[in-house]
Amino acid sequence: MKNRLLWPLLALAALLLLNLIVTPSFFSLRMQDGALYGGLVDVLKNGAPTLLIALGMTLVIATRGIDLSVGAVAAIAGAVTCVHIGTSGSAGTAIAGMAIALVLCAVLGLWNGFLVAGLGIQPIIATLVLMTAGRGVAMLVTEGQIVTVNNTAYKQVGAGFLVLPISILISLLVLGLVAFVTRKTALGMLIEAVGVNPEASRLAGVRSRTIIWTVYVFAAVCAGIAGLMISSNVSAADANNAGLWIEMDAILAVVIGGTSLAGGRYSLTGTLLGALIIQTLTTTVYTIGVAPEVTLVFKAVVVIAVCLVQAPKARAALSFRKVAVPS
Amino acid sequence: MTTLAPRVPSRFLPVLATVALFVLAFGVGSARYDGFASGQVIANLFIDNAFLIVLAAGMTFVILSGGIDLSVGSVVALSTMVTASGLQAGWPVPLVVVAVLLIGSTLGLLMGLVIHKFDIQPFIVTLAGMFLARGLCFVISVESVSIKDRTFRDVATAAIELPGGVTITYNVVIALLVVAAAMYVLHRTRFGRTVYAVGGSESSALLMGLPTTRVKVGVYVISGLCSSLAGLLFSLYMLSGYGLHAVGMELDAIAAVVIGGTLLAGGVGYVLGGLAGVLVLGTIQTLISFQGTLSSWWTKIVIGVLLLVFIAVQRTMVRR
Amino acid sequence: MTPPLNEPPPPVVEMRGISLAFPGVKALQDVDFRLFPGEVHALMGENGAGKSTLIKTLTGVHRPDGGQVVLGGDEVAFSSPGEAQHAGISTVYQEVNLCANLTVAENILLGREPRRFGGIDFPAMRKRAGEVLARIGVHIDPGSSLGEHPIAVQQLVAIARAIAVDCRVLVLDEPTSSLDAGEVAELFRIMRVLRDEGVAILFVSHFLDQVYEISDRMTVLRNGSLVGEHLTADVDRRTLIAQMIGRDLGALEAIEDAAEKRHPDGPVLLHASELGRRGAIDPFDLEIRAGEVVGLAGLLGSGRTELARLLFGADRADSGRLVVDGKPLRLRGPRSAIAAGIAFSSEDRKGEGLVADLSIRDNLVLAMQAARGWTRPLPRRTKDQLVEKYLKALDIRPANPDALVRTLSGGNQQKVLLARWLVTEPRLLILDEPTRGIDIGAKAQIQQLVTTLAAEGTAVLFISAELEEVVRISDRIVVLRDRRKIAELDGSVTGVDEVVELIAGGAAPEKVVS
Repeated sequence: MKNRLLWPLLALAALLLLNLIVTPSFFSLRMQDGALYGGLVDVLKNGAPTLLIALGMTLVIATRGIDLSVGAVAAIAGAVTCVHIGTSGSAGTAIAGMAIALVLCAVLGLWNGFLVAGLGIQPIIATLVLMTAGRGVAMLVTEGQIVTVNNTAYKQVGAGFLVLPISILISLLVLGLVAFVTRKTALGMLIEAVGVNPEASRLAGVRSRTIIWTVYVFAAVCAGIAGLMISSNVSAADANNAGLWIEMDAILAVVIGGTSLAGGRYSLTGTLLGALIIQTLTTTVYTIGVAPEVTLVFKAVVVIAVCLVQAPKARAALSFRKVAVPS
Repeated sequence: MTTLAPRVPSRFLPVLATVALFVLAFGVGSARYDGFASGQVIANLFIDNAFLIVLAAGMTFVILSGGIDLSVGSVVALSTMVTASGLQAGWPVPLVVVAVLLIGSTLGLLMGLVIHKFDIQPFIVTLAGMFLARGLCFVISVESVSIKDRTFRDVATAAIELPGGVTITYNVVIALLVVAAAMYVLHRTRFGRTVYAVGGSESSALLMGLPTTRVKVGVYVISGLCSSLAGLLFSLYMLSGYGLHAVGMELDAIAAVVIGGTLLAGGVGYVLGGLAGVLVLGTIQTLISFQGTLSSWWTKIVIGVLLLVFIAVQRTMVRR
Repeated sequence: MTPPLNEPPPPVVEMRGISLAFPGVKALQDVDFRLFPGEVHALMGENGAGKSTLIKTLTGVHRPDGGQVVLGGDEVAFSSPGEAQHAGISTVYQEVNLCANLTVAENILLGREPRRFGGIDFPAMRKRAGEVLARIGVHIDPGSSLGEHPIAVQQLVAIARAIAVDCRVLVLDEPTSSLDAGEVAELFRIMRVLRDEGVAILFVSHFLDQVYEISDRMTVLRNGSLVGEHLTADVDRRTLIAQMIGRDLGALEAIEDAAEKRHPDGPVLLHASELGRRGAIDPFDLEIRAGEVVGLAGLLGSGRTELARLLFGADRADSGRLVVDGKPLRLRGPRSAIAAGIAFSSEDRKGEGLVADLSIRDNLVLAMQAARGWTRPLPRRTKDQLVEKYLKALDIRPANPDALVRTLSGGNQQKVLLARWLVTEPRLLILDEPTRGIDIGAKAQIQQLVTTLAAEGTAVLFISAELEEVVRISDRIVVLRDRRKIAELDGSVTGVDEVVELIAGGAAPEKVVS
């Protein structure tokens, strides 16, 4: 367990070390108007949506699934809220808008769950439907425009500070909640059981459909909240670009964190590390003065490196110390 | 052993359904809009989607073998970038073409090897490939690079006259050649049949003594090659290279292949299905642009719905 | 009929002193095996005897740790099935290992297809495939999809593939397990044709009638060791079965006395009438009383697991009724069975039983937790108490609840699986091969546990390939053969010999004692 987090931890440490050497200012923090600023804070703030979505994705992947639609769902959430707020400045409207958006996201999660658990369609295809159609729906809601709002209450979600950025506080709160719920209820254990051995779980009487349904709804709601953060941060809903490729970042975060795409044992801490690695990488590339778009190259390298290090076959090939797998 | 009248093997049904859908969509367009039912509109379907046809052909190989390739869109972008900047640097056209095709196939080979040798899911490996190719575009240049090379522009704008005053471009010819070649390889060679065998049951294929390793790596090389070729066609179409070209095109390619009746689980499907899938997508776009009042986002919604319908149909056929 | 008696030709395959070990298991120990041209040779043995491993060693799937394989006088060492095929050893497996999405002709000839202008010559391919099929008397369109044909025909296509090359040795690994009587007759006709052509056929089947009908010679394995090689005509069924199931009394004798026979007269807990499922088990009647141990005896493939799965709802019955506690019960799945107090411990511990990557604790409480739903977790204290209780009661080692189940020995894994169901306090416990592949000590403990549970009023349905174990432990014995219930015996007066007699069947009349 601890061992699994070793490589992600090392990767994160290496990235931070690189920053320490190249741009020491990365680590400087300053307080201003009761808010903390600095490179590290930026990492947390910008990484909050990815982390949130990755949390939902972790549980989905643990059940041997995958959810490609989260980016589209995030876009829908932002679009619905912004359209609902319109020109209003009141906090009540903002809250109502967000509530409507999240309920809608839960419904979209139900839809994914229906396709996967109800109809038995491969998760990757089932969620591809919503990934494709979802952006269209988001544009339908915004009528193809970038909808801007001016609502201070809404602005808080993505850009506000309570010493730390509110967005990361929300993400960490959700992380804490998920960790609490999965450990304190039997959800975590049953998710893993379904992911490790679906047939044995069935014969033990596990309601795998309910479990699968639950994780897809949860993933969609997480995506919704992330969508709110993204849209709130810029006070606008961009149906085309909001949350674009965030599903891929989230999947990467999960995989880097040591959760196998084959399902089964998952690690929320690993996912946290994975999301931090991705965001630190992005920020680092930016601060050392490389064009931000090139981040993608580094991302690819990190992904392949971490996957190779974790792949049993690669370990054997590179003759790492033998992993004992008694049968 | 049924004796129902027209003896069409059930394996052709999904493709026929897609073709029927294409005819239906086109029929609706012809009935509602003047000038829709012209040869040039059909020709334009091919002209505007030549690169997608090539992508779908490559993707068909990968999906038939039971894999998936998310990198194709990015490889298209990378190819446009290499083409544009190579020509800008004064490289001769043939060199550029060879370089682009070589880069695409090498990327495919690398991904195939990692997938096969280290047993990492194709999804993750090609996702990394997608990031890598997209990132490499920006390493070359962050800006859009336009193509000014004379030869290249001539080829791009050359029109081939068909009977009836319909014109097509060389892109269309190349795309159709690729489809023909893909069909030959898939249906007439041991490699192609092994692609089907691996997708149908990899363990069986192995026990049957078929060259599974070569196929499992080979399909990604083919997909990479097709992507880079599609990238060349896209350069001809856009006359520029840009890192933000072809964003999300991998999804269009996958959607076209699935709508064309190819099972994502592998083993069942045809190149022609992918072609029909592309034409359906193209027709929907044309319909929406003829309509005028319908906004472009309906395209996405309709594609999503189509995907859903075809998956549901396939699902019931498999369960049967 | 060609059993070579006076001067046998040299064997085409000779395996000498073959040994092979997997982590934790000695799959084969010093096994000798001979296969002569023009004979049908049956390889006999119960589950885990090493039949499949021996076959896979011959066909290049496994490399033996020790010993040599001699083919046609030359020592060989195949590193892949392809190489073995090339050398003339073709294999047809139990599950049709062909591609249903390809045509019949492709399945027969792919990998050695006729070519023309660099591409596959399909007309020639169909023609050749048609010829091969005709050789074994199968008349289907070579251009049709394999998947369109029934399993039996697919099996014949697999044989056609096997003989499409120059084939000296044909290995048929349980080819008949999914065929009906007519299809088996067809297969045997083909096997005789090939035998008479001089092909050496290695045949594995769990149906004794078939083995006696078709084979000329047989080799018996048990627990990875060679027990004997006989001409089929020389060995009667009883001797054969005795050799297959063995008689390992030893450490177990102690329990025999403890489990003195009782006559449980508790209320009827479960009553099945005409319950059945096509292709799995013929409709049967069965009554189980509270506190009773009912043993299921029968060879592998006799329908014993299938029967158990029907009672648990793991598979759905397509005929008959089930009454539990006097009330009809419709099983829609395992959950409804569990709700009715039925528990089922599968013979496939790894595939259908344990969740290998979870801890002992999680595996122990899985069934109970699943019944409660995820929102009502077992309180930590209750969980700990349960785990502690069963770790101790079943002597599970290591007694560390956090150890991953995959790291446990077979016997301890089996105990964890048992404990998972005991936690739910079932009224009927179905145990499918609970003692297979575990050490003698654990075996004795599990048998003891069954006896204790029954004394406390739990009904137990006990399935085992070891007849002695079944006879010793059961109050009543249900005998199955060829997917049918053929007898029900009083456990207190029945001996192993009597059960063997029934299983051997053959011409024996169907009798119902008790």
